[in-house]
Amino acid sequence: MPIRSPVSTLAWICANFIETVWKKILFSRWTKATLFAVCLIPAALLVWRGFQGDLTANPVEYIEHNTGDWTIRFLLITLSVTPLRKIFTQPLLTRYRRMLGLFSFFYVCVHMLMYLTFDQMFDPAAIWADVVKRPYITVGTAGLLMLIPLAVTSTAAMVRRLGPKRWQLLHRLIYFATLAGIIHFYWLVKSDIREPLMYGVILALLMLFRVRMWLSNKPTSAETRPLTATRT
Amino acid sequence: MLIRKPADLRYSDVTPKELYLNRRRFLAAGSAALGALALPPTSNAASLSFSKSSYTVDEKLTPKDDVTHYNNYYEFGTGKEEPARYANTLITSPWTVEFGGMVNKPQKLDITSIIKIAPLEERIYRHRCVEAWSMVIPWIGLPLSAVLKQVDPKPGAKYVAFQTLHDPKQMPRGKYAGIDLPYVEGLRLDEAMHPLAILAVGLYGESLPNQNGAPIRLVTPWKYGFKGIKSIVKITLTDKEPPCTWNITNAREYGFYSNVNPQVDHPRWTQASERRIGELFKRKTLPFNGYADQVAGLYSGMDLRKFY
Repeated sequence: MPIRSPVSTLAWICANFIETVWKKILFSRWTKATLFAVCLIPAALLVWRGFQGDLTANPVEYIEHNTGDWTIRFLLITLSVTPLRKIFTQPLLTRYRRMLGLFSFFYVCVHMLMYLTFDQMFDPAAIWADVVKRPYITVGTAGLLMLIPLAVTSTAAMVRRLGPKRWQLLHRLIYFATLAGIIHFYWLVKSDIREPLMYGVILALLMLFRVRMWLSNKPTSAETRPLTATRT
Repeated sequence: MLIRKPADLRYSDVTPKELYLNRRRFLAAGSAALGALALPPTSNAASLSFSKSSYTVDEKLTPKDDVTHYNNYYEFGTGKEEPARYANTLITSPWTVEFGGMVNKPQKLDITSIIKIAPLEERIYRHRCVEAWSMVIPWIGLPLSAVLKQVDPKPGAKYVAFQTLHDPKQMPRGKYAGIDLPYVEGLRLDEAMHPLAILAVGLYGESLPNQNGAPIRLVTPWKYGFKGIKSIVKITLTDKEPPCTWNITNAREYGFYSNVNPQVDHPRWTQASERRIGELFKRKTLPFNGYADQVAGLYSGMDLRKFY
């Protein structure tokens, strides 16, 4: 039996301690509350800048663009949870995924509400014409519509009702919603495509990770199916 | 071995603040003492002498702060607020404009002599961006026609081509613009000779801020804003339709004429309405941006859906 040197024992104790604290942090309600507050910062900044009269000369467009940006960013953050938890073997990270996803839904709602109110003045005919005529509006609307069932079925009760398999299948819609959001952005810009392109690359990387994960999981899927099925 | 770095000294540590704040005067005094030429006056916010003109609209002016902080000038960044932040690197003095091509009197004119060609006047124009927002701007300028007459176009000349300065050193953000630079624009000669077309050198009574196209830019109020090429260094008369930057970038979306037309949508968005800066809701866009009475005749017999 190998005898531990005092140094390695100390290292082991430290590592163990850090691990315990880290787990405590991940489990803590306070962490969730903090993350919630952090996710609200972009909205708070908009309100703050609004009071300062600092929303540029075109506040409507500024809020539309800003909330649109944050929708895509939150979708990408939500999609990063699974790769992060796999790479760092931190299954607890999943605890935060729903909140992140719901925040992207929150920002897209503000985005859409600005458009409906100030761009279209709730004129159904004008909105319909815009949706069918303008590809970037069409694809953006499609993305938004895809997010609605995901938000509706985000509660634990709905997960149980749908069953984990169907729930997971349904929630794969987020991939298409994110892609729709990025295309919506890409089709809107006039010539400087750096930002939508960057989001596209991030989405591609996140999807590449999943494809590799699915491919490498395949041979063992038969034996682990009962386990994976309960994982939501 | 430990190599000690000397404590960093900043310029502020060695330069008295009063001297720093008055550095222009300090330099001017220095050069005057050396018998050199005095520094040219800084082009920023110099007030101009001009007369009011009958070219005005009965609409509320867009606040100066909005006119000067909500700009498209891609050489200084593609964000609306970026030109105001970054255009200070543009050197507008000295500035010469080169007139050439099919003219009898090709010449290089200094900005100071251009503004003496005709009396400066204030023109309060509507400004309609292709992105469906609009402003009302009190420009100071002189008729483009007066300047063109000075260089005497040859009888065969049919078009006027304009070119913006392009200096990557002054415009480092230009490489991300996604458009070919230098920025170029063009008008038909009869459009250029139209009394509404002006070369603007100022707004709100003062010389143009850099982000608005200092020191001299085109203003054609019946066309989308991007036709109003900024910081012009070259004006060339030609017999062929000159290339235009946005038309080169995407011909389907931006035509040579680009007259404001609520009936011809941009392929990606509607041009039927616009948001006047300072207002929340959109308003209807007027044909030729409300200047149809003056300019519609230039296009009689033309299919404006085809020649958008």
